[in-house]
Amino acid sequence: MTGPMSADLEELYQSIILDHNRRPQNFRTIPDASAHADGLNPMCGDQFTVWLKMNGDVVEDVSFQGSGCAISKASASLMTQAVKGKTRAEAEKLFDSFHGLVTGHSGGEDLGRLKAFSGVSRFPLRVKCATLAWHAMRSALDDAAKGPASSPPEPQA
Amino acid sequence: MNIKPLAPRSDFPLLAGDPKLRYLDSAATTQKPQAVLDAISGYYERDNANPHRGAYTLSAAATEAYQTARDSIARFLGASDPDTLIFTRGTTESLNLLATAWGHANVKKGDRIVVTRLEHHANFVPWQQLALATGAEFRICELTAEGEIDLAKLSELVTKNTKVVAFGHVSNALGTVNPVADIAAIAHRAGALAVCDGAQGAPHLTVGFDSLGVDAYAFSGHKMLGPMGIGGLIAKRDLLESMPPYQMGGDMIALVGDAATTWNVLPHKFEAGTPNVEGAVGLAAAVGYLQALGMDRVHSHESALVRYATERLSTVEDVTLLGPPAARRGGLVSFTLRDVHPHDLSQLLDAESIAVRAGHHCAQPLMRALGVNATTRASFYVYNDSSDVDALVSAVARVRERFTAAV
Repeated sequence: MTGPMSADLEELYQSIILDHNRRPQNFRTIPDASAHADGLNPMCGDQFTVWLKMNGDVVEDVSFQGSGCAISKASASLMTQAVKGKTRAEAEKLFDSFHGLVTGHSGGEDLGRLKAFSGVSRFPLRVKCATLAWHAMRSALDDAAKGPASSPPEPQA
Repeated sequence: MNIKPLAPRSDFPLLAGDPKLRYLDSAATTQKPQAVLDAISGYYERDNANPHRGAYTLSAAATEAYQTARDSIARFLGASDPDTLIFTRGTTESLNLLATAWGHANVKKGDRIVVTRLEHHANFVPWQQLALATGAEFRICELTAEGEIDLAKLSELVTKNTKVVAFGHVSNALGTVNPVADIAAIAHRAGALAVCDGAQGAPHLTVGFDSLGVDAYAFSGHKMLGPMGIGGLIAKRDLLESMPPYQMGGDMIALVGDAATTWNVLPHKFEAGTPNVEGAVGLAAAVGYLQALGMDRVHSHESALVRYATERLSTVEDVTLLGPPAARRGGLVSFTLRDVHPHDLSQLLDAESIAVRAGHHCAQPLMRALGVNATTRASFYVYNDSSDVDALVSAVARVRERFTAAV
């Protein structure tokens, strides 16, 4: 970008975020998923579905589909990479760390590449974007824990 | 191209105080001229008391200020009977008033309610919910490929059992200017009420309510240089007189008995509680400001900016303009930039002090039909000029570069 761009915005739109926006990973469905859940942002209409396949207590596979801004899509994409292979408790802990990072309450030292989202904390309106798929993932985790034949997700909004 | 502002930025304290700001979101709310701010503070400095209450001089002054405001706003909108202008919080409350008070008294199971695919949620959800509550059938008139109401389809949909046709004057999402008289004629042929959402009409076009053809017209003050929290509903006198009241309380009553109550005359019947005198006085000043500019000139100024913006934006690669051709649209352009979400675009434009709206524009049923989640909308008003368009277009081109350069 040749025009003026603040340091805050440079940090918000890091190249890893733009890359995952253009080429999201695990952007697919999982036909034999243990659970899935929707995330909807009524303010902008952005919408994602997250699928989880559990093997016992371990997230064997995780995927997402839907549409949204670069922040929400890249966050969903990087989330699927981070969560895959983790235990349920580890995935929950990642959620808390990530939430802390984007709301500016923690440094997210354990987050690895997800630290690219640290710039979000300076744009409070974008916290919802960054956490949209994460909330869906957590609610799918809850559903998966409830039993094999999980109920369909509650319609939101 | 050099299109100068129709009204000087120096008349608008917020714009004067932030010379870099390119405010392109007037369809959401407009900035306010000093004249409006002065009218509001002048009311509190000189005339403030509760109108229609006391016999003392000050209460009479407040009553007078409120009534004078009603008269001048009604005149501006072309309504010869000022008592048929009901002050509300704005378009949303006006439409809820109609859907609730008129709707529940007149719509029943087996009736039909017709809206269009273009509607803002404020002119969609109240009618949808009225249909759900009464068992009436709720039908949506689809659009042509260019985003205009398909009048042939509308004629088919508006059957003899149709009780109301609710439609917008100008679409807030696409800018489409609708043929109000034609739509009203289709409604009236079936004996249905024609209700027009004028939120995007009144600020930009001469309304001329008496000859417009509709039975009711809703508008918001804050989209036409006035303060937030004031707007109105203009309706035919017999319609308002036949309707039950919307809210109960002070001012709207004639006689309150232990067991029953009778209603005050228009407009008071629909204005329960202490009115928003400050808002009415501010809106009257806004209307005065617009009249001094001339609504014909307001409209041609916006049209020139929209023509220029559509020309320039269509030269940017990957930009898709939505809605009808510039000649048939109000003062806004709605567009998408391929592979760049409107939220990201508006965030990056904000970094260059360009304020545009990104999102579904409170028109989710329309967005679904267009197959998009959101668009970016730039809307113009009297204080905008062609340099605002130039700044927008070059910033959009830079964002495109940045997003496509990422590998």
